[in-house]
Amino acid sequence: MDASLPAHMRPERSFQGFILALQRFWAEQGCVILQPYDMEMGAGTFHPATTLRALGPKPWNAAYVQPSRRPKDGRYGENPNRMQHYYQFQVIMKPSPPNLQELYLKSLAAIGIDSAVHDIRFVEDDWESPTLGAWGLGWECWCDGMEVSQFTYFQQVAGFECAPVAGELTYGLERLAMYVQGVDRVYDLNFNGRDGDAKVTYGDVFLQAEQEYSRHNFEYADTAMLFEQFKMAEAACKKYLDAGWRDGGNKKQHLMALPAYDQCIKASHVFNLLDARGVISVTERQSYILRVRELAKACGEAWIHTEAGGAA
Amino acid sequence: MPDLLLELFSEEIPARMQAKAADDLRRMVTDKLVAEGLVYEGAKAFATPRRLALTVHGIPARQPDLKTERRGPKIGAPDAAVQGFLKATGLKSLDEAKIQRDPKGDFYIGLIEKPGRDAIDVLAEILPVIIRTFPWPKSMRWGARSGKPGSLNWVRPLHAITATFGLETEEPDVVKFSVDGVEAGQTTCGHRFLAPAPIQLRRFEDYEAKLLDAKVVLDPERRKDAILTDAKQLAFAQGFELVEDQNLLDEVAGLVEWPVVLMGSFEPEFLATPGEVIRATIRNNQKCFVVSDPKTGKLANKFILVANIEATDGGATIIAGNERVIRARLSDAKFFYETDLKTKLEERLPKFEQIVFHEKLGTQAARIKRIERLAAEIAPLVGADVAKTTRAAHLAKADLLTEVVGEFPEVQGLMGKYYALAQGEDASVAAASEEHYKPQGPADRVPTDPVSVAVALADKIDTLVGFWAIDEKPTGSKDPYALRRAALGVIRLIAENALRLSLMKVAASALAGLSVKPADASRLPSDLLAFFADRLKVQLREQGARHDLVDAVFALGGQDDLLVIVRRVEALGKFLDSDDGKNLLAGTKRAGNILSIEEKKDKRSFDGAPDAALYSLAEEKALAKAIGEVKAEANAAVAKEDFAAAMSAMAKLRPPVDAFFDKVRVNDDDAKVRENRLKLLNEIRSATRAVADFSKIQD
Repeated sequence: MDASLPAHMRPERSFQGFILALQRFWAEQGCVILQPYDMEMGAGTFHPATTLRALGPKPWNAAYVQPSRRPKDGRYGENPNRMQHYYQFQVIMKPSPPNLQELYLKSLAAIGIDSAVHDIRFVEDDWESPTLGAWGLGWECWCDGMEVSQFTYFQQVAGFECAPVAGELTYGLERLAMYVQGVDRVYDLNFNGRDGDAKVTYGDVFLQAEQEYSRHNFEYADTAMLFEQFKMAEAACKKYLDAGWRDGGNKKQHLMALPAYDQCIKASHVFNLLDARGVISVTERQSYILRVRELAKACGEAWIHTEAGGAA
Repeated sequence: MPDLLLELFSEEIPARMQAKAADDLRRMVTDKLVAEGLVYEGAKAFATPRRLALTVHGIPARQPDLKTERRGPKIGAPDAAVQGFLKATGLKSLDEAKIQRDPKGDFYIGLIEKPGRDAIDVLAEILPVIIRTFPWPKSMRWGARSGKPGSLNWVRPLHAITATFGLETEEPDVVKFSVDGVEAGQTTCGHRFLAPAPIQLRRFEDYEAKLLDAKVVLDPERRKDAILTDAKQLAFAQGFELVEDQNLLDEVAGLVEWPVVLMGSFEPEFLATPGEVIRATIRNNQKCFVVSDPKTGKLANKFILVANIEATDGGATIIAGNERVIRARLSDAKFFYETDLKTKLEERLPKFEQIVFHEKLGTQAARIKRIERLAAEIAPLVGADVAKTTRAAHLAKADLLTEVVGEFPEVQGLMGKYYALAQGEDASVAAASEEHYKPQGPADRVPTDPVSVAVALADKIDTLVGFWAIDEKPTGSKDPYALRRAALGVIRLIAENALRLSLMKVAASALAGLSVKPADASRLPSDLLAFFADRLKVQLREQGARHDLVDAVFALGGQDDLLVIVRRVEALGKFLDSDDGKNLLAGTKRAGNILSIEEKKDKRSFDGAPDAALYSLAEEKALAKAIGEVKAEANAAVAKEDFAAAMSAMAKLRPPVDAFFDKVRVNDDDAKVRENRLKLLNEIRSATRAVADFSKIQD
């Protein structure tokens, strides 16, 4: 931890200070610090900086916060740690550096988790995303019995082998910050690190939103519109993919992988909303997941034929 | 003789894979050594979360020299053949070959001497191959090299290899090889947090000791012992008793290199939640042990955790952190439990209409209806109250839709019982929720309450008949729906409760209740019966009893009352253990053999009653008389299901049968007498069929 920080910026006092400490740490490891992707998504992995950049031979090191929307996890603000909107901090390093575990442990030290008093463990957890056609091996990282991060070596994304393999770290920011700040209810997190009247809590920022979105996700989200949106996003994705192919001399090229992938993200989120509204049956559910996966795979295929995704 | 030390140092290996990996490593290296002519004295392998280690001691320093002879061409063979022979054997000229004479002519023989290589060179060749082909259940690529084809696959990134070989008295040599850029050497690291500095190694003896100094307990058994001892002591010191859990112990020992056992507590009000739920929560989610109060046998509000570090604050932070998580988990579990209690079990049932049990067998709702009907039918046969049985079957599966069971599948049934009791159901009805799943295996308890028995039988028979109807029978090692277990369950339920029921009738009724109609519906019940016979044989074999007797009883035909079958088999087994039984079996078999030979010869059978007028010898008459008496006596005993008495009756046949074979020649010159004697032999066979088909019994 950086001792020179003013009190209100310290990761154990301030949620934003906590995020900044992580960003700073990973910036020092050579990562580009990105801002959140401007679309709704279920996890930081969906960000094209992870999904697409994990494919292809080019080195890529990035870190960013991504708001994660899980409509089904809404609890009207009444559960101490379950929310339909929360933050993930995502790190991706390709190829995975040999000391990625050490870097991860140092990042914990940077946010005030001292391995001399905390019991940090790597517990087997293989990761698979059926919607992204992706899997990897790794661990859940435990701190004193609490899962605080996910650590994965990507083996396959969008149905393609990762060559080289990228290492991915996902930190559950609220949960970690709650632990570091010693609060039991997420809404009690000190957001800005100030005291008295100047203090802003996580609840001040997000409680109303949790209540409103829970209402929306479970009760009012317009399902007719959402069904239509799913179809539109799916069709648009395919349309952009078809339109993007170019014959670039001796190899095929794709010129619109990113816009097409946006529609895949869109379709995935719309599906999550429909799922939360309970209008998708068990059997249909599987077929929707497959449809999104088909889009993701086609986008991956397009991506590896772009400049950033292909061999230079 | 020199020893090998091998260590493969990696990122954290999943706990569940460690034991098998250590075993595989030992097996692969030692098999290969033996195949290379290097017979070792002993080997032992170990695993921790970060390393696989192997020591093989007493390996010869060199392979023995190999001498082989190779037969070449005949003397005077064409030059091409001679040149080929010289090339293959490495001889300079034919002068170096021997000449061997055999009936086909004179041949050149080449003696090839392959000098043995140094063991260390052999190791340098075999170890990288073993590492590359190691059978991890799941393996992965990593790092920059994973961009290229042929990169190493390992369970998690492999960081270092230690491989030394040498005598105890000398500085050992490093076995020189590398795998995908990892060079074998003699440096490893200690505990990730407590002693991360590199350690120089020589051989196994200093390896284990140096690791211990570096806060790594190499041997998983030692880690388990340490955890168990400390956990028991910690519990005891506070007046509690550790609830032992071998699987959890195995797993936890695979998560730490330096086990430190600590105790935490949670709020006593959580103890209002059923103990099994608390245990499942603490065990599954947190991999911690629970403790009980020895006075009451109930859980105490404490738990035991196993940390991987000696913390500088004595573990206070670790305990506090674990307590926080356990508190949150228990409050979830308590919330689930209390939420579950608000909904009556039957109100959950409509949801089963949306849940598919099996694509071809319909929904869970349909299955529950079938079980209800079948259980009601079975109830009177097992002495159960029909109304209670119907109610029990109606509710038995409802807990599958509760929150607690959704979270912890292993408490299915048990929660159903708690919820049923809470909503005021009859005790037998409630118990059936838990009991109807039993017995789950050969070691599991068999329910005895008639209501539970009826529902358990209906559940299992519906499953068996259903999967039989859609032709999803177990094949070889594949039994995805655990049908063998279900059949064994039925056998044990019937045998241990001494139940009388016709399996064919129950199976036919279950079949009639299915919506699918298999093409060969009429054959299904008897087909299923044969499966039960097989299961019964397996069970008897496992109990060390004679299993061939099952065939001897089933061959009588029309046997579908399992209890009767089991009793017949038991009585038969006892009888055949006696001298009378053994001799009668031999006599009956002899009669059968003679008959089948003569039947073949004459192309006819010798059925029908023998003619008393044709008996000429006293032994014939005596046998005929004995058969008549024994038949009547045995059949009367069988009708009373007194199989022991039937067997004692059979025993009376032995002296006349022995005397008959002793004194009477069957193949008499008089064709009529011969035919009559063969008919008499046939009578022996048919008399013994009152208890079993003796021809199916192995000698």
